[in-house]
Parts: sequence; structure tokens; C-alpha cells
Amino acid sequence: MIQTLFGSVEQEPTLLEKLKAGIEKTRTGLVRGIEDAVAGGRRIDADVLEELEYTLLSADIGVATTNEILNLIRDRAERHQLSDSSELRGLIKTHLLEVLQAAERPMPRVAEAPAVVMVVGVNGAGKTTTIGKLAHRYQSEGRSVLLCAADTFRAAAIEQLEVWGQRTRTEVIRQKPGADPSAVIFDSLQAARARKIDYVVIDTAGRLQTKDNLMAELAKMKRTASRVVEGAPHEVLLVLDGTTGQNGLEQARKFTETAGVTGIVLTKLDGTAKGGVVVPIVRELGLPIRYVGVGEQLDDLLPFEPERFIESLFA
Amino acid sequence: MFDNLSEKLQRVFKNMRGEGRLSAANMEDALREIRVALLEADVHFRVVKQLLENVKQKAMGEEVLTSLTPTQQVIAIVKDELVKILGSHESKPRFANEPPSVYLIVGLQGSGKTTSTAKLARWLSKNGHRPTMVSVDVYRPAAREQLRILAREVDVPIYTGAENETKPIDLARSARRETVQSGRDVLLVDTAGRLHIDDELMTELKQLKELLNPVEILFVADAMTGQDAVRSADEFHKALGITGCILTKMDGDARGGAALSIRHITGQPLKFVGVGEKTTAFETFYPERAAQRILGMGDVLSFIEKAQEAFDSKEQEKMQQKLLDNEFSLEDFRDQIRSIRKLGPLESLLGMMPDMGIMKELKNVKVDEKEINRIVAIIDSMTRKERVNHMLINGSRRRRIARGSGTSVQDVNQLLKQYTQARKMMKSFSGGMLSGALGKKLGKMKLPVF
Repeated sequence: MIQTLFGSVEQEPTLLEKLKAGIEKTRTGLVRGIEDAVAGGRRIDADVLEELEYTLLSADIGVATTNEILNLIRDRAERHQLSDSSELRGLIKTHLLEVLQAAERPMPRVAEAPAVVMVVGVNGAGKTTTIGKLAHRYQSEGRSVLLCAADTFRAAAIEQLEVWGQRTRTEVIRQKPGADPSAVIFDSLQAARARKIDYVVIDTAGRLQTKDNLMAELAKMKRTASRVVEGAPHEVLLVLDGTTGQNGLEQARKFTETAGVTGIVLTKLDGTAKGGVVVPIVRELGLPIRYVGVGEQLDDLLPFEPERFIESLFA
Repeated sequence: MFDNLSEKLQRVFKNMRGEGRLSAANMEDALREIRVALLEADVHFRVVKQLLENVKQKAMGEEVLTSLTPTQQVIAIVKDELVKILGSHESKPRFANEPPSVYLIVGLQGSGKTTSTAKLARWLSKNGHRPTMVSVDVYRPAAREQLRILAREVDVPIYTGAENETKPIDLARSARRETVQSGRDVLLVDTAGRLHIDDELMTELKQLKELLNPVEILFVADAMTGQDAVRSADEFHKALGITGCILTKMDGDARGGAALSIRHITGQPLKFVGVGEKTTAFETFYPERAAQRILGMGDVLSFIEKAQEAFDSKEQEKMQQKLLDNEFSLEDFRDQIRSIRKLGPLESLLGMMPDMGIMKELKNVKVDEKEINRIVAIIDSMTRKERVNHMLINGSRRRRIARGSGTSVQDVNQLLKQYTQARKMMKSFSGGMLSGALGKKLGKMKLPVF
């Protein structure tokens, strides 16, 4: 079942295959690493632990989480609860699953349309592409969608969103480049209300989390949204590039602080990067991961499911 | 933010100042801290391992100098090792013997290729070249439009292609012809973002390379990239033979450890860094500074350089003299603000400060840019006479200035009060301490007034 802002929808089986295919490449690295580490029921010695450490670190899981897992293993091994390395996989899987499941949270229910989804993130994370895919996803659930071009800063950002609008046959509300993003949001939400649109997806300009004035602008945009539609934005999705390293944690912290992120979209998982930085993010901030991006086509946005994600990593 | 490495090391070595030698035993904890710092800066695991080996060998048995703390000594060793990998000097872009020099700009999606292409074009034209650009990104929506807008902004011509030109190869071919015909000397080719495992698109790049015979193939990498940087850079290098790297988004707080990994794996130099969204925010890469940044030492050198650029030294001397002579007018005051402004947003300046001691406090200072804008607006709304002699500014003038600057009379009053107070303070300084040797020394320092 896929959760949406209006309730749950049956999931098409093809998506599962896609998820698997998408994560397959991610999987091979980590799995091979762990399989190497656990090959032939080796005794858990320094070498096994180092290989394991390498595998976890190179997935961008981060030093703290990696140490935590290694300590867990050392601890169990000392107490003779782990006899050989073949049991390691189950242990790590359970541990990571616990971390990810603890943050699972249902999407907020929106009683009255429009449901407003604001998409934020650093430059080049894949916000606009994600929005195109989101529009497609909502439409395939039988909902009407309106896109809001509130990235008035970057050259050709509005045009880029408009192309996605054409591809998904979705209307895009826009103003001139350089216009006040809050004003575009105001227009969009009013239009959505008047036309009884189900979803408004707001595209925002990419910004590095260290730019305080730009971060403050996000807060203002949120306030504007809530003035037109009560409770809006109902979701604030942080788009996180799957190739991001440990800076991802700082991104998640700052965007959550100023823009009130409610969920994460992890993009570019069709490459070789593993997106492991979400583990410390989820652990520290308790943010649910809503979707993963696995390609450039319209239906390359899949719901994130912790079990499947980890299972795919260790299958 | 990350904890600072030197602070951690200080803790490790706190009882060791100026005594004994660095040994395997007392280095153990230090090496662990260095390891964590490097990994948190996204330096690749394998690179970290090798680097630590080198550091250990170098540091062991070395006497702890009385002039230095063990912390400083170890950090210096680590920094030297980092610089060794990053390259010891800046690396200049290359040009073909026979123009045009073609630069191929490649990289993953969202790394910042299009922005970097425009920035590089601007940089080249500021450095005596006549570049032109073309976007062969026919895949990402509005990618070509984006470069077209940026081309206008940096005032560099762009080949936009004929109606029927929809293939990267065709666009590139025509663009080169156009470059030759128009007598331009560099052609920048902005390519579509792609994954290194996308065979089809990697083949396309190889074809472009074959056609254009580029003198530079620049791999654009996001400073925030994690451990995968090694893999993608390596694959691009294997497929194309990259000649250098542009590291983007360095204006954030990512440590940029990926730079080290990329350099290590490809052996190719980092040439430029992107440090902001404006097309002017582009600098040549300095290994020394990058090493300091990875270690969390701030970028003092960049700061000093920027300051030198912005402050004309003769101007400064004149200003100092005026200060001492109590002739510092509102006009001078405004000029000072303007020169500081030239350095860029104050917060990014403070961000360049190292993470230590007093500087740390400074870093957290929130600068209200709006307040500064208001001050400049008020002074701008005065007549020249008023600026030279503030005593002229009576009630009716104050009202006019307030109207002109979109502020209130209270704002104007406040500014004048601050200004007279500052002047009084300076007067007492120049009358007392500053008149002696110290005053002369300060006069020579050419520092901005605030």
C-alpha cells in the first residue's frame, strides 16, 4: 500500500520490480562487501571487522553509525553470541532496519484540498525532476495537480518546470524570473482553491543550508502558504542527492530547523552511490524517507520502504 | 558543525606540551581523531588509510619542539600530507597551440556544469581570452535555455544551434565551425549530466572528444559528494582521460574531502572552485587552502587576498590619516562601507575565518545586511555638502534625507548620533594613544576602519 496525503492507494506490482532494479546497482557494492566479509564462515577477527568497516563507510553511513554497528558486533562476539561471520548480515540488517523503522511516520491527512507539498533542497539535488515525477505519481492516483514555479532565481528554472508540466499535462503557475517566490505561492494556492485542485507542488530555488537569508526566505514562503490554505504546506520534502556525503546530515538539520522538513526524497540511486547518509539523518532527526529517485523517467520515483530497502541491500 | 580537529587534538595532547617525542603510544589517539576528521570530511576510506600511514611514519620519533605544541606539529604534518596529494601549486588551464582551444565540461547530474561553464567563460574573458560557449545538453529540460540566459549575463557569445540541430555531435560540430569563423579562441562545451555507468551516454562523450579534440576535459564535482566520488571520477577518467576538475558549491560548509579522493584516484589537478551562485563566484584552486579547509582551519589566505583586492592601499593610508586628523567625513564613512561590501556578503567573509578561539565567536555574529543597506541609503540621500559637514543637517534636511532614503527621521538621527560618537572616540584616540608610536604603526597597517 502506498500512503498519500489523502489516504492509501494500492501499489502496482511493477513498482516493486523497479525498486529492486533501481537499487540493484546500489546493492551489489554493499552486498559484495559484506559477502566478502562473511565468506566461508570466517572467524570474526580484526580483518573481518575492517572489511566490514570499509563497506559501511564507503556507503556513506558515517563514522558514528559505523562505529555503533562495529561495537555491537564486537560486543556480541565477546559474549559468544556470534560464532562466525555468517551471522553478521542478519545482525546489521536488523540494526539498520530498527533505525529506519523508528522514523516511519504516516503522511499527514489533509481533510480538504488542496494538499500543499513544498520541495526544498540544496542546488542540483534534483528538486525539479522530483517534482515532475511527483506530479505524475499524484495523477496516476487520480488526483489533479498544479505546479508552482517558486524558483524564480535560477536561470531557466521556470522553463524547466514548464517542460515537466507539459510532459505531465499539468498547469504551471509562474511569474517573471526574479519575482518574489512568496507571491508565486500566493497565486498558486489561490488558483488551486478556486479550481478545486487536489495537489499543489511548490518548486523552490536550490540553496545551500549555510545561506541564512535564503533559508529565512523559505520560512517566509511557508508562512505565505499557510495564510492562503490552512495547515499548508502539509508536506515539506527535502530532496537529498544520493551521492551526498556527510554534509547531508548538516543539510537535513538546517532545512528541518528553518523549513520544517517532514520527509526526505533520496535521489540518484540509479548510480553507484549508496545514499547511506540517510541512516545517520534518520537516526538523529527521525525524518521519514518518503521516496527514492532511480532514474530520469516519469515513473522513476518509488515509495521508500525500509524493509525492502534493507532487504534489497542484503538480499 | 563538525567539531574542530585541532581542538580534539589539543585534548589528546594536553599534557604533552614541549616535552618528549611523538611516539607510537602518544600518537595513537591523535591518529584516531585525524581519521575521524578526514572521514567526516568525506575523504575516501582508502585515501585516509594511506595518509595516516604516511603521517605516522613522519611524526614518529620527531621531537616535540618547544616552540610548537604537539597539536600544531601534528596538524602541520597532516596538512603537508594533504597538500602532497592535492598538488603543491595551483594549476592553470591549458590552451591549444592553434586556436580554438576546446574545453569539454563533464560530470554527474546536478554537479553544477552549466553554472560552472558560464563562470569559466567569464573568468576566461577577464583573463584576456575570447571564449564562446555551446550547450549540447539536449536531454535535461531547459538546459540549453539556462546556458543562454547565463551567456547574456556573463556577456559571452553562445552558439544556440539551428532549428534542426538536435544531436549533441551536430551542435558541437557547428559550434566549433562558428568559433573559428568568429575568431574566438576558446570554445566551452557544456554537456548533459550523466551517470558514469550509463554506457550509451558515456559513448556519446567519447564521440564528442574524438570530434573536438579538446585540450581540457574538466570533470565538475560537487564538494558535498561522499565516498562515491572516487568511483565516478575514476570511471569518467578511464573513459575520457579528464585533464582537471572543477569543485563546486564550496560556499557551503562541506569540507570538500572529495577533492582529495578525486585528485588521488585520477592524478589530475583541481583547477577551479565554485564559491557561490553569482557568475563571479569562481576562483582558481589552491591546494594549501583546500587542505586547511578539510582540516577545519578556515580559509585565512582567501580572506586576506580578497581584502587586498578590495582595499586600494593608497586609499587606506589616506583614510587612516584622515582618521588621525579628525577629518573623517560621512562620505569617507560610506566609502569604507563600500570597500567592505566589495568583499562579498559579510557572512561569507566571517565563514572564511578559522574555527578557533576568538574567531569562533566572530563566526557566529549575525550581520544584518539590511541595516547596512539602510545606512548606505541614508548617506546616499545626503548632498555632498552635508556629507562633508554633518553639522549642516538640520531638522528639515533630516526630513528630506529620511524621505529620500525611505527611512524615518529617527533612523537618520540614529545614524548621525553613531557617526558623531565614533568620531569623538577616534578623536580621543588620536589625541592620546594613537598620536605616539602606536598611532604610526596603526597608520601603516592599512586596515579598514570597522
